[in-house]
Amino acid sequence: MAAPTRKAAIVGGNRIPFARSNSRYARASNQDMLTATLDGLVARFGLQDERLGEVAAGAVLKHARDFNLTRESVLGSRLAASTPAYDVQQACGTGLEAAILVANKIALGQLESGIAGGVDTTSDAPMAINEDMRRVLLAVNSAKTVQQRLKALAGIRPGQLLPEVPRNAEPRTGLSMGEHAAITAAEWEIGREEQDELAVASHRNLAAAYDRGFFDDLVTPYLGLARDQNLRPDSSPEKLATLQPVFGKGEGATMTAGNSTPLTDGASAVLLGSDEWAAAKGLPVLAHLVDAQTAAVDYVHGGEGLLMAPVHAVPVLLARNGLTLQDFDFYEVHEAFASTVLATLKAWEDPAYCKDTLGLDTPLGAIDRSKLNVNGSSLAAGHPFAATGGRIVATLAKLLHEAGPGKRGLISICAAGGQGVVAILES
Amino acid sequence: MNDWYRNFANSGVGTTITRQLGLPRPAVLRRYEPGQPLLPGPAVVGSAAAGRLADRLTALLQDAGVPVQSLGTADGPEDGERPAAVLLDATGLTGPADLAGVHAFLAPAVKRLRPSGRVLVLADPPAEAATPAQAAARQALDGLVRSVAKELRGGSTANLVLVPAGAEEALAAPVRFFLSGRSAYVDGQQVTVSAPVAPAVQDEERPLTGKVAVVTGAARGIGAAIARVLARDGAHVVAVDVPAAGQALAGIANEVGGAALQLDITAADAASRLVEHLRERRYAGVGPGVDIVVHNAGITRDKLLVNMDADRWNTVMTVNLQAQLDLTQALLDADGLLRPAARVVCVSSQSGIAGNRGQTNYAASKAGVIGMVRAWAPEFAGRGATINAVAPGFIVTEMTASMPVGTREVGARLNSLQQGGLPVDVAETIAWLAQPASGGVNGQVVRVCGQSLLGA
Repeated sequence: MAAPTRKAAIVGGNRIPFARSNSRYARASNQDMLTATLDGLVARFGLQDERLGEVAAGAVLKHARDFNLTRESVLGSRLAASTPAYDVQQACGTGLEAAILVANKIALGQLESGIAGGVDTTSDAPMAINEDMRRVLLAVNSAKTVQQRLKALAGIRPGQLLPEVPRNAEPRTGLSMGEHAAITAAEWEIGREEQDELAVASHRNLAAAYDRGFFDDLVTPYLGLARDQNLRPDSSPEKLATLQPVFGKGEGATMTAGNSTPLTDGASAVLLGSDEWAAAKGLPVLAHLVDAQTAAVDYVHGGEGLLMAPVHAVPVLLARNGLTLQDFDFYEVHEAFASTVLATLKAWEDPAYCKDTLGLDTPLGAIDRSKLNVNGSSLAAGHPFAATGGRIVATLAKLLHEAGPGKRGLISICAAGGQGVVAILES
Repeated sequence: MNDWYRNFANSGVGTTITRQLGLPRPAVLRRYEPGQPLLPGPAVVGSAAAGRLADRLTALLQDAGVPVQSLGTADGPEDGERPAAVLLDATGLTGPADLAGVHAFLAPAVKRLRPSGRVLVLADPPAEAATPAQAAARQALDGLVRSVAKELRGGSTANLVLVPAGAEEALAAPVRFFLSGRSAYVDGQQVTVSAPVAPAVQDEERPLTGKVAVVTGAARGIGAAIARVLARDGAHVVAVDVPAAGQALAGIANEVGGAALQLDITAADAASRLVEHLRERRYAGVGPGVDIVVHNAGITRDKLLVNMDADRWNTVMTVNLQAQLDLTQALLDADGLLRPAARVVCVSSQSGIAGNRGQTNYAASKAGVIGMVRAWAPEFAGRGATINAVAPGFIVTEMTASMPVGTREVGARLNSLQQGGLPVDVAETIAWLAQPASGGVNGQVVRVCGQSLLGA
């Protein structure tokens, strides 16, 4: 028999402004950023010395020494040291997946409160020693005699001094995420102009949201940065049109640095709890996490696009909740690339694709584009992989709260490895 | 921000040199610390005429554990312990002839005062005198106390409290404040008490327990000190500052166990957002509402009047004055949000009293704050609340640290205590005005300036 469940409340969020790679946060580690973000959340909600149910967070690019990144961050924060924590990693879906994990435990009554978060740095990225060198050093380490040790050391070659730098590439295809997205963009015939328009809208919406103070209780400045560094309020289709494509090949290449997210550093965190916990603490409830779904696609052999998994996850989620794609007041579709968002929307509108690939009798249909990423998304804010989920959850929860009770929002996040995480929030 | 000159003047060789050269010798002031006794030694209480307060003062001191040397006459025991405070009940004066009694008591008593001692004179308000002769005698005390304050050395202060008939119940909080280390940098000042609407008893160690306090401009400087002192006294602090100062603000909020609210108080919707925030949150475990509001946020945009553009003028006026008006009005209008015994404290400035070259905009805004506080006081009294202003003088902050050394050192010495004040001195005065027991202090402007020569 299933235990009765409740819906987890989203109380609020905090993030640091996202910085461009190798810039303002170049010297900040994942632990520095996540700790600062937790402390900002603690300050916002007066959680000093509070023992929360748990903190779940993670990073995509992680040093080996950061095996307990989240717990170490909690220990360095103003939260009670008795707050448990663990690391989560699902590529770009990390932040949202962490929120789902905490929300589910709250729904089951296993937790009364928790924080879900994510952090990533592409500046302070881990560099591993060369794989051949690593094997040599392991052999040296396990050598028992001087002779054996010298023999092992003799195996060192100059080429082994080159470090291994993490690459933004799929291990099974060798293609970068942008190159994968370019294939999908070509398949779905996503044009350059509509991509640039989406990018411009992202910048303008994010700038307008900052200007009206929307982020005053969602963002805490860090290391002198008060707004997302990638944000260009004066972005225009004309300016973006001048950029050369960087992904895809030849005449048909449409993806530029302007309509793709740049490498970014940053962190985010979301405070969740039961309604009772929030009430006892005198804290507001912005929205509830209603339901969530993950999906994965075979982008290696199956012919599906790397970033198309959310397209598969959403209809499952809708069916389970008796909703149509049009039953939402806000849509937050993560802008890994402008073309990804547009391909996703196009796929949901395509009768043949919906029937043949998703197994739906009727297509999900079009959405009201004025409800899409209304306060900007990753193209303008940037995308520190694991931090994006927390950014979106907190932003959408506040949007729904502002709009009043009974409003509904859909989150769709694509992730490396052909995965997708989607969720429904309701005020 | 260390006062190197004060430290030097108090060192062995420094004492000799400054004495020989006749240089100012600023004292290390007695400042409040939790657990400290009200006074480090006994107090002398006396009357100049047929006063009505001496017995009350004696009882108050004994309650606070202070030994009272009740001399009655001016001749104290030469061999007794030197007093840490001299309190004169100067009520009941009928004319200038009675002032002889004031002199007869104060002269020998003040002579024996310890360093960081306190001279506190309590008198009737001149405005309520029955005859010109009586008004003259009462007003004379103003000149007397200011002069005593200038004569005192060793970090001692002299202040005057005016007590109208019927306001005797209000005495305890001001008397305690002026005797304690909380008033270290308040010198040569005058406060008029009034009958408190709702007399309150308080835990003197943590008088603000259970209170919710909003402090604007709390990320650094004087605002951060206010947040710390209010929290030390038991308040739950909601620290407010502009979003750009958010990192420092979060640090202060976490330090004092409060909450950070990033808000530009000059935004068109700032007042409604503050109200909404206070309605949505239930701080300190009680229903929505706020007990203490400290309008501390302020900016300077200095230029001579003839060179000042409209932007400098308007920005200063908006932050320093209009925002205080708008936020206060919004809280008054928000039904029940400003709790009945609320305390609003507005930060003015010495510049608003004395004026300052290059600060027409700043001085105008800070003078405006004083006008606002006085005008609002009756309405606040009507709801059992108070509104007061503090006017800091030369306070040592990051801002003054960046001044040229000469300007800074001269500015810091132009007062009776011969040193700049600290942010904590302003904060202590604000925390006193915020106390439940301070209900009889309303519509007052308390200068925290060490009796600055400017605008005195």
